[in-house]
Amino acid sequence: MEMEMIKVSHLSASYLGTPVLKNVNFEVPKGVMVGIIGPNGAGKSTLIKAMLGLIKSNGQVQIGEKMPHQLKSQLAYMKQGSDYDLNFPISVKDVVMLGLYPSLGLLKRPKRKHHKRVADALRKVEMEQLKDCQIAALSGGQWQRVLIARILVQDADVLFLDEPFTGVDADSEANIVAILRELRDAGKSIFMIYHDLDSVTTYFDQVILLNKTVIAYGPTADVFTDAHLKATYMRGDVK
Amino acid sequence: MMANFIHVITTYSFMQRAFLAAVLIGFIVGIVGVLMILRGLSLMGDAIGHSVLPGVAMSHLLGLPHAIGAATFGIIASLLIGFITEKTTLKKDTVLGLVFSSFFALGIVMIAQIRTMTDLHHILFGNILTIRQADVENLMWLAGAVLLLVLLFYKELLLTSFDETMATVYGVKTKLIHYLFLFVLTVVIVFAIQLVGVILIVAMMITPAATAYLLTHHMHRMLIVSTLLSVSASMIGVFLSLQLNVSAGSTIVLTSFVIFLITFLLAPKKGWVINLLK
Repeated sequence: MEMEMIKVSHLSASYLGTPVLKNVNFEVPKGVMVGIIGPNGAGKSTLIKAMLGLIKSNGQVQIGEKMPHQLKSQLAYMKQGSDYDLNFPISVKDVVMLGLYPSLGLLKRPKRKHHKRVADALRKVEMEQLKDCQIAALSGGQWQRVLIARILVQDADVLFLDEPFTGVDADSEANIVAILRELRDAGKSIFMIYHDLDSVTTYFDQVILLNKTVIAYGPTADVFTDAHLKATYMRGDVK
Repeated sequence: MMANFIHVITTYSFMQRAFLAAVLIGFIVGIVGVLMILRGLSLMGDAIGHSVLPGVAMSHLLGLPHAIGAATFGIIASLLIGFITEKTTLKKDTVLGLVFSSFFALGIVMIAQIRTMTDLHHILFGNILTIRQADVENLMWLAGAVLLLVLLFYKELLLTSFDETMATVYGVKTKLIHYLFLFVLTVVIVFAIQLVGVILIVAMMITPAATAYLLTHHMHRMLIVSTLLSVSASMIGVFLSLQLNVSAGSTIVLTSFVIFLITFLLAPKKGWVINLLK
């Protein structure tokens, strides 16, 4: 059977007239963990947002046979932990419950089975003790684990994570990586923006090296080379 | 003092209407205020409050109910703020200040041409004695509608207030919800300005919500606490306005502020003094 692919073709995006992404093309198989690597301002977050249809862009994104807008409930997005208002009056449990929104839909209230799914996810990320805590009381690592639990309950096919390890302690990072590997083994596709070049080869099956356009993409062992990294990090602006 | 208040309330039907209207408005703004501050729209409420002024003048010129003109201008202002923010790199608070001050200035010019200063005073600071039976009935409908909307769409309101990006990924029409909320906010403001006027409306909306924010960690509890505080402040405010013979808007807002101040100092978890003693 032919492997299903996630394909991005001629994707461009700009912000107030300045190009942020230019003619991005790549193709990765579904069911792998993909690292999106590049310097600050390379357009990594913009790439994820464009793939999710959160910003205006030109070009095409195809997930298997479908376009992203046809797959809304199958896409999960974890933006950077610092982008949240942690003083918002919401508990850990309620944040995770929001991940069930696509399966609940309009006007429906969560039932016992939904509460069980939330409890299971919190147990998996080792956060069940803090389920009633307001989110401001959490450490950076605990907060990221809560966001992972939210992704777990959503049970999406394609996951987009924007720097999930920023401000995270080593234990939390190990916990999150183990969960993401399990998801990957269960056939989920994972795109992750990542900074620590030392762990790239251990974490990712495939990498996309990005600096406004794709410098190289493919299996980590083939692509994550000194020459490609130099080209990615030394490159000037794409005109 | 209290006996006199009860006597006035039980004797005069216009005071009964005023008291009931104050309680209903307190109930409505207690709920809407929470959503306003959690969605970062406190300044937007202020902007809409000020922007309805030319609408009131326009309605008078055309012989229409004030609510129609006020709502129209409130909606035009919120759309204009959204449009200018989207099409420029100006910060939103700059655009808010720019639009609502200009609308307010236009309203003052228009009212100066057609009405007396007494009317302007009523619009700016409210006049509880102008509330008619029909206003009370409309407020009952509005209170019911706001309560129903929050009960039905609690999940959507929580999701879009806390994480709008995620809501968009899930396919929720976040822009539609935003503009629907602004529409409800405008309608609420239009009804509430009769009581407190355009200047004080934002304080009446956000103060009980801000107090509730200091007292609880959950949105549903915040809604309940804010509504209770807002209704209490309205009742005490009307009582004080009768005793002191001043506009009800100012006494309601001051009552709310005193409750906020006590909470700010002594709230069990977030209180300043309590934290100092820890």
